[in-house]
Amino acid sequence: VIWDTLGNRQFCSYKITTKTQNFCRNEYNLTGLCNRSSCPLANSQYATVREEKGRCYLYMKTIERAAFPRRLWERVLLSKNYEKALEEIDENLIYWPRFLRHKCKQRFTKITQYLIRIRKLTLKRQRKLVPLRRKIERREKRREEKALIAAQLDNAIEKELLERLKQDTYGDIYNFPIHAFDKALQQQEAESESESDTEKEEDDEEDVDKREFVEAEDSDLSDFEDMDKLETSSEEEQEEEEEVEKKASRSKAKGKTPLKGPARRKRPYIEIEYEKETEPATKTKAA
Amino acid sequence: AGGGGGPAVRDGAPPPTTPERVLFPPTFSVSEIKNKQRRHFMFLRWKQQQRKEKLANKRKRRKEREALGDKAPPKAIPKTIENQRVYDETTVDPNDEEVAFDEATDEFAPYFNRQTVPKILITTSDRPRGRTVRFCEQLSTVIPNSHVYYRRGLALKRIIPQCIARDFTDLIVINEDRKIPNGLVLSHLPDGPTAHFRMSSVRLRKEIKRKGKEPTEHVPEVILNNFTTRLGHSVGRMLACLFPHDPQFIGRQVATFHNQRDYIFFRFHRYIFKSEKKVGIQELGPRFTLKLRSLQKGTFDSKFGEYEWIHKRREMDTSRRKFHL
Repeated sequence: VIWDTLGNRQFCSYKITTKTQNFCRNEYNLTGLCNRSSCPLANSQYATVREEKGRCYLYMKTIERAAFPRRLWERVLLSKNYEKALEEIDENLIYWPRFLRHKCKQRFTKITQYLIRIRKLTLKRQRKLVPLRRKIERREKRREEKALIAAQLDNAIEKELLERLKQDTYGDIYNFPIHAFDKALQQQEAESESESDTEKEEDDEEDVDKREFVEAEDSDLSDFEDMDKLETSSEEEQEEEEEVEKKASRSKAKGKTPLKGPARRKRPYIEIEYEKETEPATKTKAA
Repeated sequence: AGGGGGPAVRDGAPPPTTPERVLFPPTFSVSEIKNKQRRHFMFLRWKQQQRKEKLANKRKRRKEREALGDKAPPKAIPKTIENQRVYDETTVDPNDEEVAFDEATDEFAPYFNRQTVPKILITTSDRPRGRTVRFCEQLSTVIPNSHVYYRRGLALKRIIPQCIARDFTDLIVINEDRKIPNGLVLSHLPDGPTAHFRMSSVRLRKEIKRKGKEPTEHVPEVILNNFTTRLGHSVGRMLACLFPHDPQFIGRQVATFHNQRDYIFFRFHRYIFKSEKKVGIQELGPRFTLKLRSLQKGTFDSKFGEYEWIHKRREMDTSRRKFHL
């Protein structure tokens, strides 16, 4: 009677229809589908297995208690042992229709399996999802942009590098120290008695540079390090004599091929001789 | 107030009042007009007035300054957030003995005494996506003596003893979310502190607009800027520990960690000294920004670890001028 009215024809609030199948949302339903044999409302003798907090219970409904809705479902705790629990189901549902017994055992099996999986997963590392807060994310992003602008990273890095150069952390690699030398010299001039000493020193320095210049011309493939030193020194010398444009062109060349061997560096090096006359030519070559 | 603005439609200035009557109550403001169009108009007009006044003030001041010539008072320094920063009592004084003593005995001492050589393990969270993997690779080229290992679902707590056994000094875990890296856990291994950063604006090498080549195998220099407080100091030392002590100046590479308003910007450059006063830098390598979330005393242990510092939003983000690093 119930099935004829609710289940098949009229409205059942537990029924969910999809394209291929009907489902039953009733919590006591054994299979989850909306069938004549699986509807807990339409069958006066019914049984289910449900789990609560990790323990499985067998729920049974008999026709004798149909008048007392509060006592309708009888609950039996099943043992934790899988085989024993199956036996208990069999005991309790003895003489019940085969369908119900079979489905109850199937459902119980599935429940135990997923309980085992839950316990295994909780032992492994769990990923914790932390919700983002939109306002805070926006604020942080904006602050980061402003901090980036305020930081002026390029300038800061350049300043730091120049500081380190001044403090001589690089040692002898860069033979710039002409300015520093000049300063030291001036100090010495102020302190020392005779000027001839300083003049001699300056002369020596120039001689040294010139000498280096000349030597490097002759030597083809001396030590790489020496080449570097000589080249940088002579280059710096030239740079101080002439101004910015050359610097830019050569530094571009250096920037592009920073660590290629002396062959590369040799080309601009040789061009230095003719620098003063044919500047535009060197620019195109270097660039 | 609204009634006064009604009939005198587009008149900014109140009609000339006789001294006995006052037409507008003294607290009339533009925002009390109910009509949006008129309100907007009045507001624009007020803005223009303000601007004019400001310009006039500026001109006047400039003229005064020129008139005074040498005796003009010095220009006022503009207020910046860095200027107005709330003084942090844990700011490190370079001559502080206590700090120096602490540093001689803390977990980084063996590194700074040159007893250990840094060896770094870089890994990710589970199932890293392409971007994170590429970022890890690039990071390993930037940091010398570093190795990238895939994390196949291994628990960090079990990795750590293995790492210590194999002589690693630091562990970097890059956390990923939706295919982009967004977190960094840096753990100094023989029971050193663990810092958890939030990482943002990660740029891989191909996304940086530059024409340089890849970083070579030379050991780069390290620049640490602006780590002023005690906390910043320890974080800075932690970051410095990643790099070997003796930079090879031939390589001309420099890795920079610049702290500004609690954001640590990482950049990797190649520099060249064009002259004594000029240096050119060319950016290569990835860039990212970090924000410190927590600093924990032992190695990675989120549940039972002893935290030295956690960023608590409610307490610490209240003032715009207060920074912790």
